[in-house]
Amino acid sequence: MDQAVHQQSTHQPQAAHPPAAAHAEGQQHPIRVYLWIWVLLFVFSAFSYMVDYFQLQGALRWTLILFFMLLKASFIVAIFMHMAWERLALKLAILTPPLALLVLIALMAIEGDYTFLTRIASFVH
Amino acid sequence: MSHEPTTMPQGLQGVTADWSADKQAFPVPWGKAMMWIFLLSDTFIFTCFLTSYMNVRMSTVEPWPNPSEVFALTVGGAHIPLLLIAIMTMILITSSGTMAMAVNFGYRRDRKKTAALMFATAALGLSFVGMQALEWTKLIEEGVRPWGNPMGAAQFGSSFFMITGFHGLHVTGGVIYLSVVALRVLNGFYDRKGTYETVEVAGLYWHFVDLVWVFIFAFFYLW
Repeated sequence: MDQAVHQQSTHQPQAAHPPAAAHAEGQQHPIRVYLWIWVLLFVFSAFSYMVDYFQLQGALRWTLILFFMLLKASFIVAIFMHMAWERLALKLAILTPPLALLVLIALMAIEGDYTFLTRIASFVH
Repeated sequence: MSHEPTTMPQGLQGVTADWSADKQAFPVPWGKAMMWIFLLSDTFIFTCFLTSYMNVRMSTVEPWPNPSEVFALTVGGAHIPLLLIAIMTMILITSSGTMAMAVNFGYRRDRKKTAALMFATAALGLSFVGMQALEWTKLIEEGVRPWGNPMGAAQFGSSFFMITGFHGLHVTGGVIYLSVVALRVLNGFYDRKGTYETVEVAGLYWHFVDLVWVFIFAFFYLW
């Protein structure tokens, strides 16, 4: 991924030292990276809030809400939670199962819509 | 095969090598792998709550209470929508920042700064829970119950209390977790152990708590 930022710790012969620990200690990045992402998170949160403050409506509102939400979530997972620098095996193991949740959401949306329509149709006010 | 980062295969070849390895599928400290797997399960739980909220909101024939109005505060005569929520969001983001810095200083083996930043993170988390409790008190006083409320659809209350309640519980657990680890940092526990991985693992949990709030903020308060 971002090779310029990734720093390797000094490697001594790892015969006795547990390899996993040496691997973890190598994941240090300049604090600057975190501070920048931190600033960006504040900016995106401000934009999210403005969507409501300026009373945007309809498709524009929902698109912006989702857009800033996904942006913030991506930065938190990738940078703060280090996922960007983890091995692909770990990335895939953790990030693909939530895709199944999209199926759940789609199914429940269809069901919710159906329930709404049957309530309208069935109950005479 | 030695787990030296520079000699390990990358990309898809790396995936095959990792998952078919004879000792360890994920060449990371076991604490990190297990925390990620736990967070994955927690993601499923919160998704279930948010999805069921979506479902009841879509299917109710009554109008859904307007969160901008319900969670507005009047400060100095000015009516500001979602004020407390915006402050709570900023607090959680700040706490994620302090946590990230704590992890960084942890790997630099700076005990004082790591512990200080972790305590700061925990304090911010505690203030978040306090504000959420304030929010709950205000809503309960206004008549919001899990089975009904004077503002609109009856399902609003149960959705709100379940989702924010579970999240608040996670934040509280995180505050305790971080405080325990921070005290151990101060005592030199991780110097004796030989690694500050635990600080990073605790950080993963805390960032998850912030992550869930990003989704709650978007789907419950803004939508």
